[in-house]
Amino acid sequence: MQIIDCENKDYTQVCKEVRTSEDVDVCLQNCLGQRYIGAGLNNKTIIIDGVPGNALGAYLDGANIEVKASVQDAVGDTMNAGKILVRGSSGDATGYAMRGGKIYIRDDAGYRTGIHMKAYKENFPIIMIGGKCGSFLGEYMAGGIIVVLNLKDEKQIVGNFTGVGMHGGKIFLRTSDLNANFPPQVKCEIATKEDIKEIEKYIVEYANDFDIDANKLLSSQYHILKPNSANPYKRLYTAH
Amino acid sequence: MAINMVEPLYEVSRNATRCINCRICEKECSNLVHSYDENLKAMISDETKCVNCHRCVVMCPTHALKIVKSDNCFRENANWTQDSIMTIYNQAQTGGVLLSSMGNPEPFPVYWDKILINASQVTNPSIDPLREPMETKTFLGAKVPDIKRDENGDIVNNLPPQIELSTPIMFSAMSYGSISYNAHSALAQAATKLGTLYNTGEGGLHKDFYKYGANTIVQIASGRFGVSKNFIEAGAAIEIKMGQGAKPGIGGHLPGTKVVEDVSKTRMIPEGSDAISPAPHHDIYSIEDLRQLVYSLKEASNYKKPVIVKIAAVHNVAVIASGVARSGADIIAIDGFRGGTGAAPTRIRDNVGIPIELALAAVDKRLRDEGIRDKVSIIVGGSIRNSSDIIKAIALGADACYIATSALIAMGCHMCRSCHLGRCNWGIATQRPDLTKRLDADEASQKLVNLVEAWTHEIKEMMGGMGINSIEALRGNRLMLRGIGLTEKELEILGIMHAGE
Ligand code: SF4
Ligand code: SF4
Repeated sequence: MQIIDCENKDYTQVCKEVRTSEDVDVCLQNCLGQRYIGAGLNNKTIIIDGVPGNALGAYLDGANIEVKASVQDAVGDTMNAGKILVRGSSGDATGYAMRGGKIYIRDDAGYRTGIHMKAYKENFPIIMIGGKCGSFLGEYMAGGIIVVLNLKDEKQIVGNFTGVGMHGGKIFLRTSDLNANFPPQVKCEIATKEDIKEIEKYIVEYANDFDIDANKLLSSQYHILKPNSANPYKRLYTAH
Repeated sequence: MAINMVEPLYEVSRNATRCINCRICEKECSNLVHSYDENLKAMISDETKCVNCHRCVVMCPTHALKIVKSDNCFRENANWTQDSIMTIYNQAQTGGVLLSSMGNPEPFPVYWDKILINASQVTNPSIDPLREPMETKTFLGAKVPDIKRDENGDIVNNLPPQIELSTPIMFSAMSYGSISYNAHSALAQAATKLGTLYNTGEGGLHKDFYKYGANTIVQIASGRFGVSKNFIEAGAAIEIKMGQGAKPGIGGHLPGTKVVEDVSKTRMIPEGSDAISPAPHHDIYSIEDLRQLVYSLKEASNYKKPVIVKIAAVHNVAVIASGVARSGADIIAIDGFRGGTGAAPTRIRDNVGIPIELALAAVDKRLRDEGIRDKVSIIVGGSIRNSSDIIKAIALGADACYIATSALIAMGCHMCRSCHLGRCNWGIATQRPDLTKRLDADEASQKLVNLVEAWTHEIKEMMGGMGINSIEALRGNRLMLRGIGLTEKELEILGIMHAGE
């Protein structure tokens, strides 16, 4: 494993060292806001000590990233494959337009989480949030799964405008008492056993990663949000 | 039953003595205008459906057909025109937003047509392009003002990545989805033969076209369709689409009906699902945020590709362009308000944005005033109709031009402005297999090559006429232009003198 000390280095330097490292495993120490770490990489396992900057793992193509602290905005922007594990919270636009791979956040996520997330055949993205999320969760969502686990059993776990423009994918919210209004494009139901089966393996993996009890999470009640239609804006137009 | 207020705008005029009832028009018209009436033993037409695309006219073996503007009219009114009345009927009936396509057709001034080009006489003689070498080769990308040398005094190549074009004409973004596979194939082949670039648009890149990568610009828009590591690395440059001239400030929307199997593969979304590109990039709220996207793409492509940022020509375009130039973008593409589209809300297409001529002049001046013109190249598009438009654009300060509508017309588009219906009779703006097969990709690519070669030749002739033998010497050379019939203010913005001055 190559150890890269990030102290007093800018992102071009850090990213270059990561990209050109001959080792598959790299460990970044003293990371402090350097952006774009792991952008587009497919063959690395990156462990980060400290707080990486925006766009961590953008266009990620199969690499694994583990962060021992929180991350900033746009983590996993347009990622295709791989896994990003965050032992803290994430900033805004987590998983923007991601098409595959997994982002597991231990604590909370900011605004616009999973916005424009989409799935295609074997590319199927998963975002798991341990705590709660800001507004605009899953806006324009077109595929994949977002799970908000609400580990602290709070009342308000999503903000405003959840799922606006959603036309694919599913959002699971672990709560029995859902305190939110949803736009007309979204239908909200209590998740059935079948529904929960679909996320069981991710919950087990998440529980393993963060060393928590999966059984409690699996036996809880979830609400599931799905789009009403794959063509939400069809009737909006008339030909001229 | 409510009365349908739709009245036909065009009449199908069928010369009965020529018509042989072969029913070819019926087969050719995807709008189902023509049919055969068994009782009458004659062809009849439902003209309310006609979009005036001339497919039937061209295909009729006996030339029995023509489409004429209907003389059916409302009571004359300079304010309440037929179109204003009919659109109200339409919206009152459907409650829908008016959707149309191609560029702004309204009678706004076309400044290209009010600018004249210079030529040499007597002194500084003109150059004959048939005899003397004329350079149209163009390099796009950030230029560095200072030359660096290593310890041996040798020049260190510190030039950021460049695009090399044989001629300053490129094909601008049209996505696979909005146009057909064959149309994309024609553009890719033509760009390769011509030594220029075409642009994927925001719909990803079909696997068959990766082989044209050296002549491809890959585009990334807010929807991020088909964007992956491979895609980012596939082309010669990466374009971030912030805006489009036909619909500044709003996003794109490819209806589910156009997301057929192959398009779905390329966009990487399920078949039949709407492809919605939100109006803004939801991670970009400032120049600083734009910089983040620019540099994330540079990181992901290892700083090997220039990044283009495409913006629509809007009121504050000069300031915006100055910000873009500072975002790390290598090239700015500006799209004027007459730029085409596969679908845009009519009111936005016809009323939002400004002409490319004014936008270009303002941006070029602003960047020069700020001393950062070298940091970026400028590409302009949004209705470049011929080679003299290109000469004028370059003299106003553009490095190269984007053409799209002209390219479609070269492939056979008849400007019916009905792309949004998805039934393009010319096989261009459609995904219906029976229609797409009407466009022969090889033939269409040859037409594109012919067009760009002819324009390049004309450009050389006009350059020669001015006594200029390299496109570099024309760039920003506004002394070669004069305005005609323009106000003081218009001349000031264009930075040119009036004819006679
Ligand atoms: S829509 Fe086109 S093909 Fe059909 S009748 Fe009109 S001009 Fe002819
Ligand atoms: S591309 Fe087709 S539908 Fe669009 S304007 Fe041209 S002929 Fe009409």
